[in-house]
Amino acid sequence: MTAASMSTSAWRPAWLDGPVVRVALGFAVLSLLSGAFDAPDLFSRGGISATLRFSAPILLAGLGALWAERSGVINLGLEGMMIAGTWFGAWAAIEWGIGPGLVAGIGAGVAFGLLLAVLTATLGVDQAISGLSLGLLAAGLTRFLSSTTFAGVPGGSITTSPPVPDLATVSVPGIDALLAPAERAGVPILSDAAAVFLGLVTDVSVLTIAVVALVPLTWYVLWRTRLGLRIRAVGEAPEAADSLGVRPWRYRYLALAVSGGLAGLGGVYLVAVASSLYREGQTAGRGFIGLATVIFGNWNPWSVTLGSLIFGFTDALRTRQEVTVGVLLAGLGLLFAVVALRRLLARSWSGALLFGVPATAMLAWFWLVRVVPSELVSFAPHLTTLLVLAFARQRLRPPAALGEPFRRDDST
Amino acid sequence: MPGLRGAALLLAAPVAAALLALAVAAAVLAVAGADPVATLSDALAYGLHPETLVAVVNKAIPYYLAGIAAAVGFHLRLFNIGIDGQYRLAAFAAAIVGASVALPAPLHIGLIAAVALVVGWGWAAIAGLLYVRRGVNVVISTIMLNAVATGLIAWLLSPERLGRLAPGSNNVTTPAIPESGWIAAIPTPAGDLNGLVVLAVLVGSGYWFVLNRTTLGFEVRAMGLSERAATVAGIRAPRLAVLTMAASGAIAGLVGLPQLLGASHRFGLDFPAGLAFTGLSVAILGRNHPVGVAIGAFVWAFLERSAQVLDLAGVSKEIVTILQAVIVLSIVVAYELVRRVRARQERRYVAQAVEGAAA
Repeated sequence: MTAASMSTSAWRPAWLDGPVVRVALGFAVLSLLSGAFDAPDLFSRGGISATLRFSAPILLAGLGALWAERSGVINLGLEGMMIAGTWFGAWAAIEWGIGPGLVAGIGAGVAFGLLLAVLTATLGVDQAISGLSLGLLAAGLTRFLSSTTFAGVPGGSITTSPPVPDLATVSVPGIDALLAPAERAGVPILSDAAAVFLGLVTDVSVLTIAVVALVPLTWYVLWRTRLGLRIRAVGEAPEAADSLGVRPWRYRYLALAVSGGLAGLGGVYLVAVASSLYREGQTAGRGFIGLATVIFGNWNPWSVTLGSLIFGFTDALRTRQEVTVGVLLAGLGLLFAVVALRRLLARSWSGALLFGVPATAMLAWFWLVRVVPSELVSFAPHLTTLLVLAFARQRLRPPAALGEPFRRDDST
Repeated sequence: MPGLRGAALLLAAPVAAALLALAVAAAVLAVAGADPVATLSDALAYGLHPETLVAVVNKAIPYYLAGIAAAVGFHLRLFNIGIDGQYRLAAFAAAIVGASVALPAPLHIGLIAAVALVVGWGWAAIAGLLYVRRGVNVVISTIMLNAVATGLIAWLLSPERLGRLAPGSNNVTTPAIPESGWIAAIPTPAGDLNGLVVLAVLVGSGYWFVLNRTTLGFEVRAMGLSERAATVAGIRAPRLAVLTMAASGAIAGLVGLPQLLGASHRFGLDFPAGLAFTGLSVAILGRNHPVGVAIGAFVWAFLERSAQVLDLAGVSKEIVTILQAVIVLSIVVAYELVRRVRARQERRYVAQAVEGAAA
C-alpha cells in the first residue's frame, strides 16, 4: 500500500457519510425520553462539559497509543505513563504552579516512553511485558514518592495530594446571553440542543482546547510530513525502511517519546481539569481504554476522537443522576431492538437473537427498576469498551509490523 | 550446546537481575536518607526469622496460585491480567454459596472450591471467546472485565443485597461460612501455616503433569513454540486459546481460597485485591516452571514481608513495589540478552560441527 492511498483513508472521515443523520435521530429520541421520564441532566450543560472533561484524557491516551502503534510498538505502558503524569503533574503544580505542572507531567511521560523505547527497540524485550512492567514501576514509584511528599503536608495523604491549582476556562463571548433563554425554555428537543451547544462552548478549559487541537496536529504530522511518513513506514515495514536509510530504532524512540508525553499530559489533565487533586488509582484503566480507541478507530486520529467521545461520555455517566443513566439504558435498549428487528426482517435469526436478548433485558430493567445504581455505572466505560470492541466493524487494518520487534539479521 | 556453559548462562540472568535490584534498592535507600547496608541487613535478618518465614509462606500461597494461572496463559502469549477480577468474583461467589449451605466438611469445602473454580473459569472464558471470535486483545478485555467485576461485587456486596455490615467497623462482608467449610491451619513451632499450602502443591503438580504428560499440554507447548508448525500439525489454535484462557481463569479462581477457607471465612471489602500483576511478575520470574514460580512467589512475599522493617528505619515500605518492578524489568532484559548470547553460541557450535563433518 502506498503512502498516498493510506493517507486518503485518514483524512476523509468515513463516519461523516451517513451517521450524522443517525446521531441527530438518536439525539431526538433520547431528548424526548429524558423529558418523558424526568431525567433532567441527560443533555444538561454540566453533563456535556463533563463528557468533554472525561473524553479529553482518553483522547490523549488514544493519540499516544496511535503514535506508538503507527511506529509498530503496542504501548501497554500507557497506563503507567499516565500515572507518572498524574503524580509529577500534581506535585510540580502544587510546588510551582500549573505551568511547571504541565511540563513535569509531560516530562515524566516522555521519560517513561523513552524507557519503553530502550526496552523494546534497543534491548528487544517483549513489548507487552515491558509495557506492563512500566505500569508496575510507575505505580510503585508514585506511591513511594507520595509517602515522602504528600503524606506529610496538610490536606494530603499517602494516596491523595492537596488541591492542585486549576487552569483558566474560556467561553465564546455573548453566546450565553444569546442561547440561555432557549436552554431554559423547556421546548423538548430545542432546549436540549441549546444546552449541548452551550456545554461545548462555555467554561471550557484552555487545556481542553489544546487537547482538541492535538488531533489535527497529529493527523498533519503523521500523514503530511516526511517525519510522519517515516514513522508510519517503520510501523509497516521496518526492514524496507531500514534498507532505505530510515533507522527504525530512531523513529520508534521518537514515537514512544511523543506517545509518553501525550499520556503524561493526559495524567496532568486528570489531576488539574477533570478533578482538582491527585488520587492513587485515578487513571482507572484510561490508558488501556485509550488503546481500545485506536483499535475502534482503525488507527486513524479522527475515529480515535470519536471513540474517545463515546468512552468519555460513558465515563462521565458517574456524574449523572441514576435515573438519567436508566433513560440512557432504555435508549440503548431501543437501539438494540431496532437492530434486532432489522436482523429479523433480513431473516438472520442468530443476529436477531444476539441483539434481541440484550434489548429485552435492558428494556425490562428500565421498566422494573428504572434507575441504574452507581456501583454499576462505575464500570460503564469499561463495559462499553468491551462491547464496542466485540461488536464494532472487523475490517481493521493495523500497521503491518505492529508488535514485532525489529532486529537486523546480523544481530539476532 | 555444551551443557555446563548453558546452565551457567541460565543462572546468570536471575543473578544479574538480583544484583541490579540490590543496587537500585541501595540507591533508593541512600536517596531516602537511610544507611543502605544497615537497613538491608536489618530487613534480611527480620525476613529470615522463623516466624517471619511462616508468614512469608502464607503470603506466598495465593501469589503462587496467581503465578501458575498467569503461567498457563503465558504459554500461548495470553496475558491474563483478568486474574484479579476472576479470583475476586470467584471468591465472592464461593463465599455466598459456602455461607448459605451446611454440609459435611469434605463436601462443603469441595463445593466452595468448585464454585470458585467454575466462576473463574467462566469469567476468563469470556475474554478467551472475545479473543478468538472477535479478535479482542486479551490485555484490554481482561482489564475491562476486572472493572466490571469490581463494580458487580460492589453492587452485590452492599448491605441492602448480599452483604452485612460488620459490627464495630465500616467493613461490609458476606455472611460467615460455617465451620464445616473451614480448612484448619497446620501448626508449626514458628506459628500457623495456612492449610491451603496443600492446594498450592496440588495445583503446581497438576500444572506440571498436564503440561508435560498429556496431549493437551503437548499441544499448548507446541503452539507456544511455533504457531505455524502447530497449526500445520492439525492443532486448532482458537480452541486451544479458549481452553488455555479458561484454564488460567479456573486456577485464578482458586487464588482467593487460602484467605476464604483458611483465614477470614468471609468475603469483605478488605479482601486482598490486585494480585494479577503479582501473578504475572511471579510467573515471569519463575519462567513458567512450577518450581520456578514457587521460588518467585516466595521472593515476592519475602520482599513484602521483610520491608515491614523499613518503616522503623524511617523509610517508606512502598519502596518494595519499585524494587519488584525493577526486578521484573531487569530479569526480562537479562533473559533476553542471555537468549541472544545462547543463539549466537548455538550457531557457532552448529557451524563448527558442520565444518568438522565436512572435513
